[in-house]
Amino acid sequence: MKTADQPFQFYTASDLVRICNQNAANLAELRDALEQCSDASMFYHTFQSLGRHHFLTERFSNDFAQWVLAACNRAELAERLACVDIREYVSIVELRTDLRRLVVEYCDAEPQFATQAAFEPFNFCESIEVTLPLGWEARTLEEFRDHLERLSHASLHFHFISSRLRLHLKTNDFSYWIATGLGLGDLAARMNRIDVYTNTLDSIQEELVRLIDQQIRN
Amino acid sequence: MSPSTVQTATPLDGYVDLVGAPAIDELWALSGPLHGRPIQMVNSTAIGGGVAELLHRLMPLMQEVGLDARWDVITGGADFFEVTKAFHNALQGGAYDSRPQNFEIFLRYNKLNQERLRLDAEFAVIHDPQPAALIEGRSNHSGHWIWRCHIDLSRPNPTVWQFLENYVNRYDGAIFSSPEFARRLPIPQYLFYPSIDPLSDKNRDLDPEFVKDILEKFGVDPQRTILTQVSRFDRFKDPIGVIRVYQIVKRYFDCQLVLAGGGAADDPEGREVLREVREAAGNDPDIHVLELPPSSPVEINALQRGSTVVIQKSLREGFGLTVAEALWKKKPVVASAVGGIPRQVIHKHTGLLAHSIEGTAYQVRFLLSHREFAARLGSNGHEHVREHFLVTGSLKRYLTLFLHQLDHRAVT
Repeated sequence: MKTADQPFQFYTASDLVRICNQNAANLAELRDALEQCSDASMFYHTFQSLGRHHFLTERFSNDFAQWVLAACNRAELAERLACVDIREYVSIVELRTDLRRLVVEYCDAEPQFATQAAFEPFNFCESIEVTLPLGWEARTLEEFRDHLERLSHASLHFHFISSRLRLHLKTNDFSYWIATGLGLGDLAARMNRIDVYTNTLDSIQEELVRLIDQQIRN
Repeated sequence: MSPSTVQTATPLDGYVDLVGAPAIDELWALSGPLHGRPIQMVNSTAIGGGVAELLHRLMPLMQEVGLDARWDVITGGADFFEVTKAFHNALQGGAYDSRPQNFEIFLRYNKLNQERLRLDAEFAVIHDPQPAALIEGRSNHSGHWIWRCHIDLSRPNPTVWQFLENYVNRYDGAIFSSPEFARRLPIPQYLFYPSIDPLSDKNRDLDPEFVKDILEKFGVDPQRTILTQVSRFDRFKDPIGVIRVYQIVKRYFDCQLVLAGGGAADDPEGREVLREVREAAGNDPDIHVLELPPSSPVEINALQRGSTVVIQKSLREGFGLTVAEALWKKKPVVASAVGGIPRQVIHKHTGLLAHSIEGTAYQVRFLLSHREFAARLGSNGHEHVREHFLVTGSLKRYLTLFLHQLDHRAVT
């Protein structure tokens, strides 16, 4: 079994949620707020939302879509916002631009709904990520698998979902190391294809372990 | 008084089966850089109320992971607590009888406590308005001072808030239970959900036979549908509205109603509400109005576990942790969309929200007709509580906050 020159270092991440002095009471205000809110706020309501509600796979996976549906009752816009796949983004700037564009287009097309008061306001929050090394490292696939199985939801989210913004690549920490450190590009690609929207963090973890076990057996 | 030596909680390992070993490993990892650092919690009561209940559980866990954590309780005369009760109600939007001496009494007792308590911890967390002016005892900007607000400050009485704001704004940060409860402040505001302890008597697993015995002890038939609201007898909990809900549901389903709560014994308004509730219940043998003693956690646990649907039809609410208690027990919940309830009940995912008596009754009927959906809501609700509303989560949030403060200080 191949040994990587550079070991994979496992981290844990914990998020402190900061309440922003910003909210939106209707779609027009959401449109404006999406331009002004911090990157940390965009991260919290999109990437982080997926992790916070991972066990609710039927719920829209970003907070904006959920609010547009539940508080504004605008299903069409909610569906469009929900279909923005965070895996396609390696920077918050691009994600913000696309989400805002959808709201702008909807407000322009349906101005009568733009200023209709939402049932409850959207309160912007932002995430402050505190990371710490777990002191676990892996040089082989077997070692990696053993640590992966013991990872918390927060660590898994950090390495598998939010890592795209750190790497600025459409991949995740695990796949990146398995491809570049172990030279297992096919396995890395199979891992990266796991659907983070229709899986819970638990089922993602199980699937990752299953794919690695399959690789080890072969 | 210093209840910091009270050791009532289960060791951290006791939570492994409930939250998983990785989540516990993570708490140990996060606490590493904080080992031996002095942490101080200050509130106004050692017994009774949600804050004391949380601290009794949280402090031993903080100590177990290596923090030098202590808990102090401020003292005051009857005049102080009359004033702070008036402040408490006014800050949550209630009426306020403005008396200039109130501020003088508040500050006098805060000053006395400031002199009595050792306020030299590296991290001080001051809970709620009562001890908020202790910030005056902070010497030379030392330590990290955080104000933890457990109440809804969204519509405060301006006189009381303007007074309190002068002190709050001197902290390094404030913690609120929900973004809706916060104010626009010049200091950082953090979101910390309140939490329940899954191993406490109120929430731990119970033998189904024991649950059955408790129901029968209260005259409730365990074989028939049971709708339950657990709340003190308070108009804001709308117990009369719950009776109306039951009466509508009863037209379609054979069911019983349990209204269980305390707070009537030492509260004149509570006694009046209880009288009204009994009057509204009339002589319907299927309505069980249970006035429970203040400490009946196991009975409350059993009543929740034995319920078919749990209702929380509040007109106004703080965070409403009775909802989290029911969700933890995998119960389908129908609740009003007020206060912190929508944070717990994500409509159609972890429970159902309603806005009226008729709406609540309709949602209850829907759940009674769709038992599989009701079970799915209960199961999702349980996961939601596991992720966000357990005491281990509170510990994690505090550790993260302290780490962030350390990091922030290093940077600045």
